Amino acid sequence: MVNCKDSPPSPGDFDARLRQARAKRSGTREAQDGETIRSSLGFALRLGVEIVAALAVGVAIGLLLDRWLGTAPWMLVLFFLMGSAAGFLNLYRAVSGLGYAAGYRGNETERSPESKSPDRMPPDRELGSK
Amino acid sequence: MAQAGAGESHSPLEQFAIKKIIPLEIGGIDVSFTNSSLFMVTAVVLVSSLLVFGMRRGALVPGRWQIIAEISYEFIANMIRDNVGQEGRRYFPFVFTLFMFVLAGNLLGMIPYSFTYTSHIVVTFGMAFVVFLGVTLIGFMKHGFGFFGFFLPHGVPWYLAPLIIPIEVLSYLSRPISLSLRLFANMTAGHTMLKVFAGFVFVLGLGGVAPLFMVIALTGLEFLIAFLQAYVFAILTCVYLNDALHMH
Repeated sequence: MVNCKDSPPSPGDFDARLRQARAKRSGTREAQDGETIRSSLGFALRLGVEIVAALAVGVAIGLLLDRWLGTAPWMLVLFFLMGSAAGFLNLYRAVSGLGYAAGYRGNETERSPESKSPDRMPPDRELGSK
Repeated sequence: MAQAGAGESHSPLEQFAIKKIIPLEIGGIDVSFTNSSLFMVTAVVLVSSLLVFGMRRGALVPGRWQIIAEISYEFIANMIRDNVGQEGRRYFPFVFTLFMFVLAGNLLGMIPYSFTYTSHIVVTFGMAFVVFLGVTLIGFMKHGFGFFGFFLPHGVPWYLAPLIIPIEVLSYLSRPISLSLRLFANMTAGHTMLKVFAGFVFVLGLGGVAPLFMVIALTGLEFLIAFLQAYVFAILTCVYLNDALHMH
């Protein structure tokens, strides 16, 4: 964990700062990437919890439904699987930098940093000009 | 590991015990003023006085306290601007309060013999649940029933919907859990670990120098984590807020 903290100082750090500075100028968003790189320790610590949390929610819902509907183990089994799927979904989203968006829309818009900013612009510009 | 500490039988978990300072009961509900409440009040008083007295002079060339107040303000203001955008500005007071409260709690916990209220899941879950409810309400107010579109990612074929929607709902519902669990687990684990290693120092006698250095290192790490977790809590609040406001 501590090693992650040592890595940024060289070229990677510059890129991150550059991107952050650019993002700052363009107004919004994007700096999130730089932010997550800077706190890679915090980022790593997040991940484990993501799976556990989704799994816990799934199991809890499964147990409650079982008790409510009297369908012995089946709801638990179903929601356990759903919960683990949701956990991996969370994990995948966190790692691939898609943020924490449930129902994340439009794969093509935020895949690369370059295509990000033009797509991000409209809502901001709209707000700014008002 | 609990029987560490020659002579004294302090459990490493003892530090998390809630003690009533002023027992109170209103309508059958226990609302005693506990050590947890005491530290929460302390945190609120400290943060408020830092901001009020730090900014009292409002000097053009800031003094020490004013710098701290300004840095913390700017830190959160930038965080919101970067993660949520202009629309997020009106939620600044909420995020700022949350951040300062968590940070103060984490840092107060670093004082020996103090109590860390962020190491209780009730506290962290309470905060995370408020964030969750608030963000969901904002989402509904902003997008109406279009907010349900949240649960079906764009471009998913219709026959996958019965599978994807429950998974997305679960993923959404897991947010307050993961948000609260993260802070709670980090604080609890860190403080327990500190106490366990501190126990080794006395047990090992002269060899206790090794765990002593470990404790010193861990204390540093704990300070890092205290800041980091407050930061993570605040930034995730921003990310959730952004999702609700812009819905991608």
